[in-house]
Parts: sequence; structure tokens; C-alpha cells
Amino acid sequence: MKKLLMSTAIAALMAVPAFAQGEEPKHGGNMIVTYKDDVATLDPAIGYDWQNWSMIKSVFDGLMDYEPGTTVLRPGLAESYTLSDDGLTYTFKLRPGVKFHNGRAMTSEDVVYSINRVVNPATQSPGQGFFGMIEGFDAAAAGDADGLSGVTAPDANTVVINLSRPDATFLHIMALNFSFVVPKEVVEAEGADFGKKPVGTGAFQLTEWSLGQRLTFEKNPDYWISGVPYLDSFTVEVGQEPIVALLRVQNGEVDLPGDGIPPAKFVEVMSDPAQAALVVEGGQLHTGYVTMNVTAAPFDKVEVRRAVNMAINKDRIVQVINGRAVPATQPLPPTMPGYTKDYAGYAYDPEAAKKLLADAGYADGFETELFVMNTDPNPRIAQAIQQDLQAIGIDAAIKSLAQANVIEAGGAGTAPMIWSGGMAWIADFPDPANFYGPILGCGGAVEGGWNWAKYCNEALDTKAADADSIVDPAKGDERLKMWSDIYMAVMEDAPWAPVFNEQRFTMKSARLGGDDALFVDPVSIPVNYDYVFIKE
Amino acid sequence: MPAYILRRLIQSALILLGVSFITFVLLYILPADPVRQIAGRSATAETVASIRSQLGLDKPFIVQYGTYLWNLLGGDLGRSYLQKTEVGTLLVSRLPATLLLMVAAIFCELLIGLTLGMIAALYRGRPLDNALMLGSFVSVSAPQFVVALLLLYVFAVKLGWFPIGGYGTFAHLVLPALTLGILGSGWYSRIMRSSMLDVLRADFIRTARAKGLNRTRVILAHALPNAILPVIAMVGIDIGMFMSGIVVVESVFGWPGIGQLAWQAIQRVDIPIIMGVTLVSACAIVIGNLLADLIAPLIDPRIRLR
Repeated sequence: MKKLLMSTAIAALMAVPAFAQGEEPKHGGNMIVTYKDDVATLDPAIGYDWQNWSMIKSVFDGLMDYEPGTTVLRPGLAESYTLSDDGLTYTFKLRPGVKFHNGRAMTSEDVVYSINRVVNPATQSPGQGFFGMIEGFDAAAAGDADGLSGVTAPDANTVVINLSRPDATFLHIMALNFSFVVPKEVVEAEGADFGKKPVGTGAFQLTEWSLGQRLTFEKNPDYWISGVPYLDSFTVEVGQEPIVALLRVQNGEVDLPGDGIPPAKFVEVMSDPAQAALVVEGGQLHTGYVTMNVTAAPFDKVEVRRAVNMAINKDRIVQVINGRAVPATQPLPPTMPGYTKDYAGYAYDPEAAKKLLADAGYADGFETELFVMNTDPNPRIAQAIQQDLQAIGIDAAIKSLAQANVIEAGGAGTAPMIWSGGMAWIADFPDPANFYGPILGCGGAVEGGWNWAKYCNEALDTKAADADSIVDPAKGDERLKMWSDIYMAVMEDAPWAPVFNEQRFTMKSARLGGDDALFVDPVSIPVNYDYVFIKE
Repeated sequence: MPAYILRRLIQSALILLGVSFITFVLLYILPADPVRQIAGRSATAETVASIRSQLGLDKPFIVQYGTYLWNLLGGDLGRSYLQKTEVGTLLVSRLPATLLLMVAAIFCELLIGLTLGMIAALYRGRPLDNALMLGSFVSVSAPQFVVALLLLYVFAVKLGWFPIGGYGTFAHLVLPALTLGILGSGWYSRIMRSSMLDVLRADFIRTARAKGLNRTRVILAHALPNAILPVIAMVGIDIGMFMSGIVVVESVFGWPGIGQLAWQAIQRVDIPIIMGVTLVSACAIVIGNLLADLIAPLIDPRIRLR
């Protein structure tokens, strides 16, 4: 027996409330977005920075998608899907009549090609590792097999994906940019230049790219969601310093500064009611934390790690960054499913921290090093942490280095403590599993891994695998509870001191319309281009 | 003369080779792994190893450098690690903007520097002279970032005379060229002043005055062409200085030149681009110096190249 999990009709019903309270969207107009850096690539298999992430979402589509402004999954290029009872076989029915920007009809062969392409080592995709649950992954990823044995296209409208283990995050993976569908003939014709000349099925198509100057995206008139997008076009102007972009917003020349409000101008903007009215604030799937290397003294003692958690005055650190964050109690950010609401975290208590240190045999404290990325505000935050640690007798020398060097030291396990700012984990997809494996699981605690605390708790790894094998949506809450328990156990072991969750502050011009949720969309940063509109 | 040029060209090639070697060494020992940057944070050790071998980064240093040079001889600067685009294409797309800005900026600094230097010389020792020399001092030491933002704020944001950054029309060019021009003019005005003073003291000027020519004609027709010589020679050397200034000014004004490209590549540890930009800048400096030396005998027959 197979069960139909979700269909377009249900998704369409769910889409309505998101806009019910907003104003009526208008069609037409051009929006101008600015960025400091040129866009690296628009190839969905390659692009992996927060700048190109949402542009790629507008040019391409995957089998799955999210309700705009939310973390709720909905079908995308797949009209519907079914899951076998053993949780191992997904069968996707493709939406009929979907065309690439070059006019060719999209088929199941394209889906198969696109997923195989990401896993193929020759593509050098940073997303390869996300597909590990698909049958035949190891052989394909090593280049020993021609594609994934688990991904097949029985007919032009059907894609069948067999997994080697049940995985509750699989549908999120199908909504990741790395799963987006590309036309084989164009990719093969353009080769490595496909990232500069992308062709997809998305709401917008790239019509002009002047390197270092601007990218112009125009509405796809044949987009498969009727009435979307609202804008005729949007222009991304690159090479604009954030501070210059802000001046241009104030001058009415720019609709959305992609790099946000420059920190030096934040207080000024927020204290001017006219400008503050243009800012939308929201949570984001981010946590800033201090890692402690649990494999070496003194942080091999759990008392010491708990003491550090109690020593850090999070409220003061939030003040250091002008209140652009909320204090964190646990690894998961508050907007992430599975967040434990009633957990207060380690309270700020230097006296208790000192006592814990004494219990661990460090009554006189110790010397250590705190690695930090060298761009503002991270060194200032590290100094605040340094002072807090000083108060309980820990003498932490600050090692302020370029981002790549801190990541290198973290991966090599040579950094006793790291403040994660500027390199911190921002979720790839809105699921609690994404905050565990690479950064807290044993798999990441290897040379070059992102688990900088080198924390490896086999029991928790097993529990994580158990949680992710629950694929029945009806048991979703049970699964989230298991994840919540996992993060509570992590806090007990305290390999991290979670410090804050950054808030997002998106500035937009007064003429830009759309629900506030779109401007703090958890998966599209800075904005979901497909659903915003120009009011006038 | 041809022998001289040939020798200088060989020297230049050696200098470029040296620059490429030093840059390659520095990027090689950089404690940041470009492969991890490409592979992303979810990559397995096998993926990392596979990408490393595809890019040839698992080979010994000397093999990597040799391969790079060999490709370079064939005109291949490699592909950007993260953009996957040909470095040559990226450089070619950005060079026109940088060259345009450079020419405009040199024009500005010569115009400002020579005029002020001449005026200072003519008013030697008087308050105007002191004020101008103080001004040149300030312009030489002013931080580029601040001057650029100041000009942008006053003339683009407040007065609205020019667009707020960007590229395309003459109006876009004015502020960045003026920023570089003002900052570079200080050197020129000081050199022009002392050069002019030397010439004004020379015998032929006294002769010209003595035979009854008026002051304006003596200054413009006799003193100026002679005083300007050492200044012209500086322009070639100045190209090197520009390469550093251009990174900041291009960033502030959103000017799509190679300075901006370099800055972005450095932040992303995109080694092929960093190598490419470094070589182009080194070429510019070498050519600038060569031109300065070659032009010198043309404007002053007393100089001979051997």
C-alpha cells in the first residue's frame, strides 16, 4: 500500500493565509538590489553562498519547495509524491507542461541528470554530501558508477528515488538548491560557463550579466505558477559598498541593500523613525557559539565547559552588537522546529562557575586561547568573552585571524576555543538534523571537519539516526521531541557555549510591497524574489 | 636603442617570473585550504581528496608551479575555483574600466598637480605658496577611503551632481577619477614646484627676460616645457602607485575594475584570480617604468639610453 502525502490542492490552500492579511499584490515594475561582491555563479550545483542562494531559487526549481516566508514544505516541480511503507522509495509525479527558459519541456530525465550531476565528483559540487541517503551514493560519489543506482525515471513524468536508509530530511534535500533541475543539453554545451549563462524552469530568467556591474533577471512569462512572479524584472547591481548602498536607499535609488545595514550605521538608522519603518526584523536560522575542544585539557572536563557556559554574560554581548541578536540557550535557534522552548540554558553565574572550576581542579584558573575571525564585530565580542572568562580566572589569549585560517585551525583541532562569529552555522534547510551531524556529530569530529569542539557522543549519534528514520509525517512531533532531547543532552555535555541567535534586519524601499515574512524568509536571504512586488 | 629595449624586455620578463614565483609561494603556504572552500562544509574526506586531485593541488609545489607557468605560456591563466570562469575572461571584462579610470585619474592629477605646483613656484615663499604646499601634504597623506566617501557624500548624495557610484557614463567617471587625482596631485605639485624653481633660476630664463619677452610668455613658452620633464618621467612610476589606490577607490565607487576583482578574490581565497590580478598589476608597473625610461630621451635629448 502506498499513501499520498500531499498534493497541489492542499498546498494551494495553505498558500492563501500567508497573504490574506497583506495588501493586494500588483504586477509589473523593476526592483533594484545591491551587493558588494559580484555574484560568483548561478549554477545550482555550485552556488553555496547566501548571496546567490535566493537568486538561484528564482531561476531554477526543485521537486520540492517551501511556502514563501515559512519553513513549510510544498511540492514544486513534483505535482505529488508517494512514499513506500518501508520509507525507502519516493515516487514523484512531475507537474505536466513545465518548460525550461529555452522552451524545451522538462522531463524526468532532467531530474535524474541533475541529481547525478551534483553527486558526480567531476562537478566539484559543495552539495554532494547532502545526497548520502540515496542508494548507490558511495559508488557514484567516488566516480566508480555512472550516476546513482537509486534514481530512475520509469517514464517521462515519473521519478523514483530509492534510499539506502529511511531519512526524514530527504524532502528538504529535494528542496535544496543542489537538487534543482537543469537542462542537460545546455549544461553540456556551456560546460563550466553554465553558472554564468543559467537556464532553468524558474520564475525569472537571467537576461544580462555584465561582470562586476549588474545582473538583470526578467519574468518568465510561462512560469508554471500562474500569476507569479509579480515583478517584471529585478536588477542586481554589484560592487556597491554597503555604506554606499544605504545612501542610495535613502536617496530612493535602491529598493533593497542585499548586504543589509552596515553595522556602523545600524544605531543611526534604527533611531530615525522614518528609516526604521523601512526595516523588517525577523529571526534567522543562526546560532553564534563558543566551541571548546573536548579532546584536550582543560576542556576535556565537563565541569570546565559548564563553567564557561555560566561565565559568559550573553546579555552584555548582545549589547556589544547593538541588540542585533537574542541570547541563545541551546544550539538550535528559536525559529527552528525542535527548539526546546522551556529550557532556560546555563544562567549567568560567575560564582557558581568559579566553584565548578575549583571542583575540576582549576581553582587558580588556567591559560588558553580563543580563536576569532578578524572582522568587526567579532574581535569586540571575543574581548567581551575574554573579560567574562577573566572574572572566573581563565586567561584566554585572543587569536584574531582571517576566516579561512580560523576554519583551518578548527578543523585541525588545534584551537582550544573558537568564537564562531562570521563562520557560524546557518541552516541549509529548516530541520533540526541540519544543526547536528557536521557540527556536533562524530562524522564532523574529524580532521578538517566542522565539529570544532571535536565532540563525539556515539549514543547521541545513534539517537539522531533513529530520529531521522521516522519518516511518517504523523509522527513528526515524536521526531522533533527526540531531536529536542538530543540537544538537551548536548547542553549537558556542554561542548559549546551558545551565545546568541542573530536577528535579521532587512531594509527595503517604501515602494516595495509584500508580506513582512517574505523579507525575513528563513530559506531565501535577503528576500523571496518571486513574491515581492512594487506598490505604485 | 633596440639593444636597450631588448635588454629591458628580458629584464621585465625575469621580474614577472619572480613576481609569479613569490606570489605562488605565498599562496601555497597560506594556511587556508582552497579545496575546503570549494567542497563546502558538508563534504566528506573523499570528496575533498577527489577535488584536490582534479585541481592538481595534491602535486608537489614545483610541479604545480611548473604547470601554472606552462599554461601561462599558452595564454591560459586557469579557471576561478569558485566562479568556474576563465580568469582571462574575468580580467578582460574588467581591464577596460580600470584603464579608463587610470587615464582619467592621471589626467586629473597632472592637471591639478602641475597647475598648483607652478603657481606655488611663482609665489615662492608667500602665504599662497605655503598654503598650497600644506594642501599637497594633506592630499598625499589623506586616506583614500575617507576622501572617496567624502566626495561621494557631498557631490553625489547632498548636491546630486553625480550618480552615487556605478559605471557607464562620463558622470560616473568624475568622482573616482577626481579622488585618485586629488590624492596623487600632491606629489606632482611638489615636484613641479621645485623643478619650476630650478628652471626659473637658469641662465636661459634670465636671457629671455633680458631680451624683453614678457613674463607670461617666458613662463609658458620657456620655463614650463623644461620644468615639466622630470614630472612626466614620474607618470610611469606612478602607475604602480595607482594599482594599490585603485582597490579602495573601485570598491567605494562600485567601479567594475580589476581592483575590485582582486579584493573579492582575496576574501574567497580564489587563487587563480589572485595570481592573474597580481601578474596584470606587475605587468602594468613594469610597462610603466619601461615607458618612463623610453620617453625620457624623447623629451630631453641629453638623456641617452645604453
